[in-house]
Amino acid sequence: MTVLTSGCPATTDSHFFGWASNIYSRAYSVRIPEANEDLLLPTNYRRADYPLNRATIAAVLVGAVVVAIALQQSENAVKRPAVPNKVTVVYWEKWTGSEGEEMRKVVDAFNRTQNRIFVRYLSISGINDKTMLATAGGNPPDVAGLWAEQVTQFADANALTDLTEVAKQNGVAQSNYIASYWDMLTYKDRLWALPSTPASTALHVRRDLVPPEYRSPETFPRTIEGLDALVAKVSKKDASGKLQLAGFLPSEPGWWNWAWGYWFGGKLVDGNKLTINTPENLRAYEWVGSYAKRFGSQEVQNFQSGFGGFASPQDAFMSGKVSTVLQGVYKSNYIKIYKPELDWFATPFPHPANRPDLANRSVLGMDVLMIPHGAKHVPEAFEFIKYVQRQDVMEALCMAHGKNSPLAKVSDYFLAHHSNKFIKLFDQLARSPGAFAAPKIGMIAQITQEMGNVFQEINTGQKPAKAALQDAQVRLDSEWDTYQTQILGEK
Amino acid sequence: MKHRDARIGWLFASPWIIGFCLFLAYPLIASLYYSFTSYSVLKPAQLVGIANYQELVQDSVFLLALKNTIFYVLGAVPLGTVVAIALALLLNTKVRGMAFYRTLFFLPSLVPMVALGTLFLWVFNGDYGFINQGFAALHLSPPNWLGDPAWSKWTLILISTWGSGQSMVIYLAGLQDVPISLYEAAELDGAKLWAKTRFVTLPMISPVILFNGVMGMIGALQVFAVPYVMFPGGAPARSTYFFASYLYDNAFLFQRMGYASAMGWVMFLITLALTGLSLRISERHVHYEGS
Repeated sequence: MTVLTSGCPATTDSHFFGWASNIYSRAYSVRIPEANEDLLLPTNYRRADYPLNRATIAAVLVGAVVVAIALQQSENAVKRPAVPNKVTVVYWEKWTGSEGEEMRKVVDAFNRTQNRIFVRYLSISGINDKTMLATAGGNPPDVAGLWAEQVTQFADANALTDLTEVAKQNGVAQSNYIASYWDMLTYKDRLWALPSTPASTALHVRRDLVPPEYRSPETFPRTIEGLDALVAKVSKKDASGKLQLAGFLPSEPGWWNWAWGYWFGGKLVDGNKLTINTPENLRAYEWVGSYAKRFGSQEVQNFQSGFGGFASPQDAFMSGKVSTVLQGVYKSNYIKIYKPELDWFATPFPHPANRPDLANRSVLGMDVLMIPHGAKHVPEAFEFIKYVQRQDVMEALCMAHGKNSPLAKVSDYFLAHHSNKFIKLFDQLARSPGAFAAPKIGMIAQITQEMGNVFQEINTGQKPAKAALQDAQVRLDSEWDTYQTQILGEK
Repeated sequence: MKHRDARIGWLFASPWIIGFCLFLAYPLIASLYYSFTSYSVLKPAQLVGIANYQELVQDSVFLLALKNTIFYVLGAVPLGTVVAIALALLLNTKVRGMAFYRTLFFLPSLVPMVALGTLFLWVFNGDYGFINQGFAALHLSPPNWLGDPAWSKWTLILISTWGSGQSMVIYLAGLQDVPISLYEAAELDGAKLWAKTRFVTLPMISPVILFNGVMGMIGALQVFAVPYVMFPGGAPARSTYFFASYLYDNAFLFQRMGYASAMGWVMFLITLALTGLSLRISERHVHYEGS
């Protein structure tokens, strides 16, 4: 092969790096000097003439001091009270859009009542990571609006202020709340957070996409087997076998993939043990797999890839691609915006025919307010959180968000004027003994991710339910062991 | 005088030196230390010896993420190289408005990764996507780019070519450095277009190919943003769960900073080994002016 010659370094590595700098300089029109080229250095330059002596170190230190002063000044500027003579409580919240605006109204209303405290409300993306890192850095917000699922993880990480005593002193008690929601706020018999807005879930049904005999909550199937029969009846494929309408899809919206076992009487954590591959969970995930088999795994994937976002007119339920969907109380808010003419109703998610004791189950979620460990203004932060717990404030906020109330007492006005016409059902489901939430374990992030993977493996036909659950059990057992040893220091 | 010059020099360099020590050297050394600890950020780090590294070897998800990443590197780097060289060859011809075309092909590489991910969610959408609409128009059955584990990594490999503009510019600079006399000599020997490309152009730009290959490989090993936006949690069924995604989850989702640090160092060693291997292999196939 023809190769040109000129004076070049000898080794391949130096060839490569020489070429690299050369080619970069040409590509971007930047001239990079040769190694032996004199630019700023005098011709009689000798390394020994420029020692790294005390004076030089002093010069570097001066630079360091300047940088430190600049950092300190910027820190002071950040710490300056937003309103003179008032304690500034910094409140980070995850919400954006209309939900964020409604919370801002609550903050503004609180600020108007105060001559001592000013709450500075900041909408923050990636709030869980940022709160954790800010807490680790010793400069957390005074209030953080996170999710109830994170209470255990944050508490185990020593990232939260224990609210048990301050709540007692302020008259905030368990009896004020619906039992299931209060349970989500506590961990290891301590209180770590208080609610902002909660949610319960139910099956949403489009009347126009089910046969006439099923068009009311009273006549809609109460059992899983009944739902399956309905799905077989209403689902449609076109002449080419392409799915046009699905009566129900376990993968839509796909937010509670960890929870399927609970509808069949299973659970993921029992005491100190993980119970992933129990018969109840196996039954649940085999049922999930039956839908992939019924419609064809590939066909479900294709069909579902055309669904738009939950908060858009292309949402599968609103656009008429599924007849029924498991959704939260807030769904009605989006229906009102994007498809107000939609004729729908909500009903409890069905239970297995042989387990009538599992009627009226509902998966619960909750947005919560926490005070991170190391927050500068704990009493003032709690003052604000306590304000949010007032029945009138809480109900106004929950109504604006289209959610049910976490409080034990609910006003008639709330139930009568709520934008969701099935609010009573969602309220009852939250109070039902069958209501459940994500298991209270610090390793919840690993569990939900692993169960999401189990769901996908089954739904895409990668593994049968039994193998997927067994693999998840082995993996999570190992992680739980590590978690107990390394995070909890219990082994 | 010279000492005074030295002081001034160090003083001017001190912002960089301080920045380097604070934001690069310290984290680097600290991450090496943390890789031998159990560290959940808010609690003091506990030394665990090489337990994190031992766990990595037995961690099936780590091994899967590594496998996915290698698959992606093996797909994205050669494809990106071919696309970038092809574009550079086209843009090295003498036609009117070449500056415009060069700008046009470079522009996509400036699109931010998150915007790119969101855009391609629609391009590859199963029903409404631009690509599957094309398949439908031809009465062909399209793959499920986003939902099928067999296709999801290929989708990301195809998307990676969107950023070929950067390496294309470098190839273009290399092409312009090939002496015309070599082409003239080849023509006298009866070489046609393919022969000139095969025996003149490619050997002459082989150092550029090596450079872009190594840089592309390092970038591909760290792939994160686009899969993070397009395939949350490595869906479907962890088929798009890459090394950097698992590292991020361990550090920020599972609060296992020590384990994530060990992953980071394993990644560093893998990158170092692959780069060394590339340079070793290149000894036979890369030709430098003057060798």
